[in-house]
Amino acid sequence: MTAATLDQGTQAGLSTRRLSRWTLLGVLVADVLVSLGLFAVTPLQGRADFGVFVLLVYLALQTMLSISVEGRRKAVDRFVLAVVVGSFVVALLPLASILVYTSVHGAKRFDTTFFTHSMRNVGPNDPGGGAYHAIIGTLEQLALTTVIAVPLGLLVAIYLTEYARGRFGRFVSFFVDVMTGIPSIVAGLFIYALWIQTLKLGYSGFAGSLALVVIMLPTVIRSSEEMLKLVPPSLREAGLALGMTKSKVVLRIVMPTALPGIVTGVMLAMSRVAGETAPLLLTLFGIDQIVNDPFHGPQEALPLFIFNEISRPSPEAYDRAWTAALTLIIIVMVFNLLARLFVRFASRNRGSARA
Amino acid sequence: MAKRVELDSLSCFYGKFRAVDDVSMTIEPKSVTAFIGPSGCGKSTVLRSLNRMHEVTPGARVEGRVLLDEEDIYAPDVDAVNVRRTIGMVFQRPNPFPTMSIFDNVASGLRLNGVRNKAVLEESVERSLRGANLWEEVKDRLKKPGAGLSGGQQQRLCIARAIAVQPAVLLMDEPCSALDPISTLAIEDLINELKDEFTIIIVTHNMQQATRVSDVTAFFTIAGTGQPGKLIEMDTTSKIFSNPGEKRTEDYVTGRFG
Repeated sequence: MTAATLDQGTQAGLSTRRLSRWTLLGVLVADVLVSLGLFAVTPLQGRADFGVFVLLVYLALQTMLSISVEGRRKAVDRFVLAVVVGSFVVALLPLASILVYTSVHGAKRFDTTFFTHSMRNVGPNDPGGGAYHAIIGTLEQLALTTVIAVPLGLLVAIYLTEYARGRFGRFVSFFVDVMTGIPSIVAGLFIYALWIQTLKLGYSGFAGSLALVVIMLPTVIRSSEEMLKLVPPSLREAGLALGMTKSKVVLRIVMPTALPGIVTGVMLAMSRVAGETAPLLLTLFGIDQIVNDPFHGPQEALPLFIFNEISRPSPEAYDRAWTAALTLIIIVMVFNLLARLFVRFASRNRGSARA
Repeated sequence: MAKRVELDSLSCFYGKFRAVDDVSMTIEPKSVTAFIGPSGCGKSTVLRSLNRMHEVTPGARVEGRVLLDEEDIYAPDVDAVNVRRTIGMVFQRPNPFPTMSIFDNVASGLRLNGVRNKAVLEESVERSLRGANLWEEVKDRLKKPGAGLSGGQQQRLCIARAIAVQPAVLLMDEPCSALDPISTLAIEDLINELKDEFTIIIVTHNMQQATRVSDVTAFFTIAGTGQPGKLIEMDTTSKIFSNPGEKRTEDYVTGRFG
């Protein structure tokens, strides 16, 4: 590279003129003030529009200023950084607003009655009532789903990473991909057709769990497989060279090394499954009273409860739906926290290389 | 404890590709043998076929025999797991088990052999760590993770792990190539001590290292890409480096080639 192709700044020496943080902050403040003025006097309006307007104007101002002071390369750097940070904020907005909105609306019925009562003898327009039956149902169904899907999924993942050779492995892998693409309502239909129509075993929490297993299984397989693949081959070799059998290498070395990632994957799969409504519509049937036995007769679940309450044209039902949504979010968050604690506890022997 | 290793017309394959052709040699017990040669000449492949780690790679297989004190490790009724318990291995990059403490790393080989007695484990871990010249440095933090040690310490931990199961032969695949000169020196001193107990075979790219640690040196090379690697000659290390029998060996050890 010749000197002529370098930036102007570098020709004059190593130091270049830089925009200070305060200058940029000043630009932002001026931008906001001018935009506020514009939104007050011109037909421009709306909070979201204001945010987008401020961001675009800031990007333009910063880029022009940076080109004139710092040169093109630095201006591009600043522009891309601003776009990245802006995108992050945009991506975070829906998440934050869901949390805030659900908390605000859900707080209205976040009371003891809600967590200790079912909807039995509570009419759609009546106040009171609760989601105890739905919470019990969701917890039981989630537990059953996890107990079935996680061991099965882990074993498939271990087969795929450690044992599969050639055609059959590719065949299994292909069907895992196909399963990932199954719409959740189809999973519900499948269990409905098999379990309820053909085997005539009736609606139950367990039937719902089976439908959820269909959804959860491919997710668990894929995430566990990726985590197992990340375990360095040198560790497997070290184990084998010590005279470990292959099963010992998998159980004592590969699995513990991949455990934190596998747990995280399982948590994500559980979180996803916890909010599924469509597969449950056809398999649980839904009921407004407390059913503790997930194996016999219809049961309720939180997503189903939300769906039913939100369909009712009364503010009481509407509030119950919001609180149920908040409860569902809290349940998922508590599970995630427990999993993180477990991982931290389980990997306390781990070196600094992998936190 | 240490055993004689004899290679009888050993050829190694990756699928259809013949990576190493017709190697025969005898390695005496309680000696250090160095394998030298340019990259891709098959010396690591030969080393890995001595404890049946070669076949771990999909499609890899060998022809010929490897005798461990007269017993063919490739005989049909021999279990590769038993072979690997008798012939230990240390790899190029230190690979301590990241989920295990220093103690558990060293004890891992014994535990899988069903040793549960705590006193026996503790005694064996101390003996192995002393054997690997690591005891003084880690005796106060045996419960800490093995991955927290420095590179050289990790490699000595791996050596301790390998010798804890008291193998007859110890294979080392460029054990110092990822280490600094001081750690390398520590490992080389260790090799000199270990040969009182084990038969040691070491692959190295560092010819000074071969002269420092080995009694016997085997020189491998390839005619060109896609050709199988061959054993050119094997003799006492002093002879190989001062007055080799083959022109190709001389060119290699004097740096005129490779």
